[in-house]
Amino acid sequence: MTTETLIWLIPLPPALAFFLIVLFTNKSKALSHSVGVGAAILSFLGSMVVFFRAVSVEHLGEHPFESSIPWMPTGDTWFNIGVLIDPLGAAVLFFVSITIFMIFLYSVGYHNFGQPAGDHDRKGLPPHGATVEEHGHKHVVPSVEPMYSRFFAFLGLFAFGMYTLVVSDNLLTMFVGWEIMGLCSYLLIGFWYGKPSARAAAIKAFMTTRIGDVFMLLGIGLLYSVAGTLNFREIFGNEELMHTLAVPGATLFGLSLAGLIALLLFIGTVGKSAQWPLHVWLPDAMEGPTPVSAMIHAATMVSAGVHAVIRMFPLLSLDHNTMGVVAFIGTFTAIFAATIAVAQNDIKRVLAYSTISQLGFMIAALGIGAYVAAAFHLITHAFFKALLFLGSGSVIHGMEHGVLHTGNHSVDPQDMFNMGGLRNKMPITFWTFVIGGFALSGFPLITAGFWSKDEILADAWGHGHLVVFLTLALAAFMTAFYTMRQITLTFLGEPRTKEAEHAQETPWTMTVPLMVLSIFAVGYGWVGIPEDFPVLGGLVPNWFHDFVGHTLHEVPEAVEFSWAPLLTSLGVALGGLFLGWFYYRNVNSAKEDFFQIALLKNKYYFDEAYDFVFVKPAIWLSEVFTYQWMDKGAIDGFLHIFGPTTGGIGGFIRNYIDLPVINKFIGDGSADVVQWVGRSLRPIQSGRIQQYMMLSLVVLVVIGGALLYFLLGL
Amino acid sequence: MTIAQIIFLVVAGATLGSAFMVVTSRNLIHAALWLVATLFGVAVQYALLNAGFLAVVQVVVYIGAIAILFIFAVMLTRKEIRDQGPQLNSSWWLSATLSVVTFGGLVGMLWGWKDMAHTVPDIPPGFDSISALGDALVSPDAFVLPFEVASILLLAALVGAVYVAFNRK
Amino acid sequence: MVPLSWYLIFAAGLFSLGLFGVLARRNAVAILLGVELMLNAVNINLAAFWRYGTITNMAGQVFAIIVFAVAAAEVAVGLALVISVYRRHNTVVADEIDMLKW
Repeated sequence: MTTETLIWLIPLPPALAFFLIVLFTNKSKALSHSVGVGAAILSFLGSMVVFFRAVSVEHLGEHPFESSIPWMPTGDTWFNIGVLIDPLGAAVLFFVSITIFMIFLYSVGYHNFGQPAGDHDRKGLPPHGATVEEHGHKHVVPSVEPMYSRFFAFLGLFAFGMYTLVVSDNLLTMFVGWEIMGLCSYLLIGFWYGKPSARAAAIKAFMTTRIGDVFMLLGIGLLYSVAGTLNFREIFGNEELMHTLAVPGATLFGLSLAGLIALLLFIGTVGKSAQWPLHVWLPDAMEGPTPVSAMIHAATMVSAGVHAVIRMFPLLSLDHNTMGVVAFIGTFTAIFAATIAVAQNDIKRVLAYSTISQLGFMIAALGIGAYVAAAFHLITHAFFKALLFLGSGSVIHGMEHGVLHTGNHSVDPQDMFNMGGLRNKMPITFWTFVIGGFALSGFPLITAGFWSKDEILADAWGHGHLVVFLTLALAAFMTAFYTMRQITLTFLGEPRTKEAEHAQETPWTMTVPLMVLSIFAVGYGWVGIPEDFPVLGGLVPNWFHDFVGHTLHEVPEAVEFSWAPLLTSLGVALGGLFLGWFYYRNVNSAKEDFFQIALLKNKYYFDEAYDFVFVKPAIWLSEVFTYQWMDKGAIDGFLHIFGPTTGGIGGFIRNYIDLPVINKFIGDGSADVVQWVGRSLRPIQSGRIQQYMMLSLVVLVVIGGALLYFLLGL
Repeated sequence: MTIAQIIFLVVAGATLGSAFMVVTSRNLIHAALWLVATLFGVAVQYALLNAGFLAVVQVVVYIGAIAILFIFAVMLTRKEIRDQGPQLNSSWWLSATLSVVTFGGLVGMLWGWKDMAHTVPDIPPGFDSISALGDALVSPDAFVLPFEVASILLLAALVGAVYVAFNRK
Repeated sequence: MVPLSWYLIFAAGLFSLGLFGVLARRNAVAILLGVELMLNAVNINLAAFWRYGTITNMAGQVFAIIVFAVAAAEVAVGLALVISVYRRHNTVVADEIDMLKW
């Protein structure tokens, strides 16, 4: 099979799995997850084959794998859709397929496959546990998710969307995948739709990302009207077009066309990748099951936003104004979300804000032109953040086990202050979580996060963006701090509750993905060590920069090595980690925590502000202004004048024309005549055959007689 | 009066008398038997007309099959062995009048016809009416098509009769 | 020999008797008996015209035979209908079988 054919086939298994599960196998949990995981494995294998073929090809950047078919006639031309795997696509496909596969596998364990059905479980609510009798005494064990098959169906559809997005060679099919993921995100966040908070979170996520998507669609439309195509390579390879697009000041606010288009597309990314000011949906999205949080909100969907910007980077780089906006939003989001993360107690919410912050790093990197660094951080982040989310899910799972054991349901299994000392209970989860956390913090030399984050900082320094550099360094410091805070509160020290004492390690389906991902969280950094890094540089060639850099026409120069950013990243990582451990090793409850500042705890009141600025006015607009004033007052009032007038005219016509003339005379009259005739003729229709015959014979005799008499003259 | 005329008159009288009994007899079985007599009289008339094949078919088909079918139908539809009440309906006098008028009209029309008194022509020597009839029935130049259509009609009637009379429970 | 008019008048008489039977009899089977009489009257006419017309033209006899076939079909279907009606309504009196009205 040619590589191109294989690329076409990669997204299909999850889509087929979706339909198979929905249509046929949804009654059987085992069959459904077999179909789902099987599809994930198929896509994974296909992706790996494509990836390794891509790696082994020389000059993939100039001659990527691509194939397209005519799809839609657009006047005289055809709109083509197709697949494209260039170095960037191959790199993204690599981590996407691994994380998707791991998440499918993890979901089997997370949803307690193999456990009995719950005592009081209802669809749309998380399972509450089942009572089993064993060795003569009863105890409560986790129960299987009631909508197990449905989860795998949604996950399959989601994977389809993600693969479609990654292999697309044009913006439109990419947008299709983008929107499929948006829908799946809505469905999966609201998976436990019995919880009002999950419903609200689902709607919030959908509506917020929708704002970005509308702008993105505008950008796609504008690009198509200017370029006449949406194929990446056709646009970026067309020098004349790129020059037209780059003319400064052609549109609003002095932006060039390219700048405006890139800005519109970037707003889509702001929504999807949860950048300020559209970040509000992501923390709430933690209402969904943990594999969903990991998949959508760490590894794949939010990465898709960054992926889209990286894809459109040649366009973006044409206008430095837009670059400035992008850099500002990324940097601001990085520091802004990091400060909030420090004050969160929910284990998943910390990670959610951490995700927002790390995505800000990538966006900021793109804004300063560090294209390869952004892609590098995108991939390493996907690995270690998926690892952390799945680890946190494992922790929650273990805690839920403890909750079921003690039966005290008032204990929140997600609150870190209820944990502590879990390192002994859940060793695999602990070690993998530490690896993930250190990678996130950028623990020097051995973790992937260090290399990618260091590259961003080095680029910021090397290109002279001092403000960005300092802000990101501060954000990195806080990242290390809150990560260590999380590890300390969760795993170190002594158990703070009885539930934590009875926490239990999770099954292999959950721990194996953790271990696999932790390998990548460490090892993936080594493919991107800068050439002139002291001692380590050159041991392994800087493969990533070389490979992904060739996606662009002009391979970006690797920045020269400089000690300042290296020392900074060493300092912030180690300092943050140490301070986090040092401070939180003695903190035992939320009250003792200095960082429980109301402003941070309440996320700078963004939800409230949006509520006040957008939601309340929208409700006022619809309820008071539109409904009561416009609709009831003005429009209804106007209509109320119409009503009686036309009513009067109608009444007149009815009473003086319609009733007497039309109805009585014409209508009833004709009917009366017909009825009278019918009544009169009815007795003839006696139904008696002999009467009929006699009648016809009489007529025959009369007519015959008349004929004889008149015609023959007899 | 020739012998043939006498035979004709006797047979015709007997036939019409039997026919009168068919339409007036109170007992339906008797009416059916009188029908047999009538049909037999008609068969004799065919013979007098040198239509030997028709005479035989009249006896075989009409008397042998149709009249018997009638007797069966009478037996299948009777509640009692003897029918109760009048056998003629209330307007029988009107029917009688109309029949007489029809008869009168027919005879009246025939009365003025010039060939009314046409005498019988001689049969040419060597003419065999049965073989001529057989040829005519299957000859493509003559009546093969009506003949085949008649066979289809019989088949359709057969199927239809079975279908209509089939006892669906 | 017998003139043609005798046959025709005989047939007309038979036809009128059959007509009376059809019109006046109450029993549906008897009505069918009347129909048979009328068909026989027609057949006599056909045979007579064959004999008194061109004797080599067999049309008269052929039509008589087709009338036989039609009569057989008519009797078969007619009696089947009578039996069917009798089963359903328990009567063969023509005046009582008036489902066709209105």
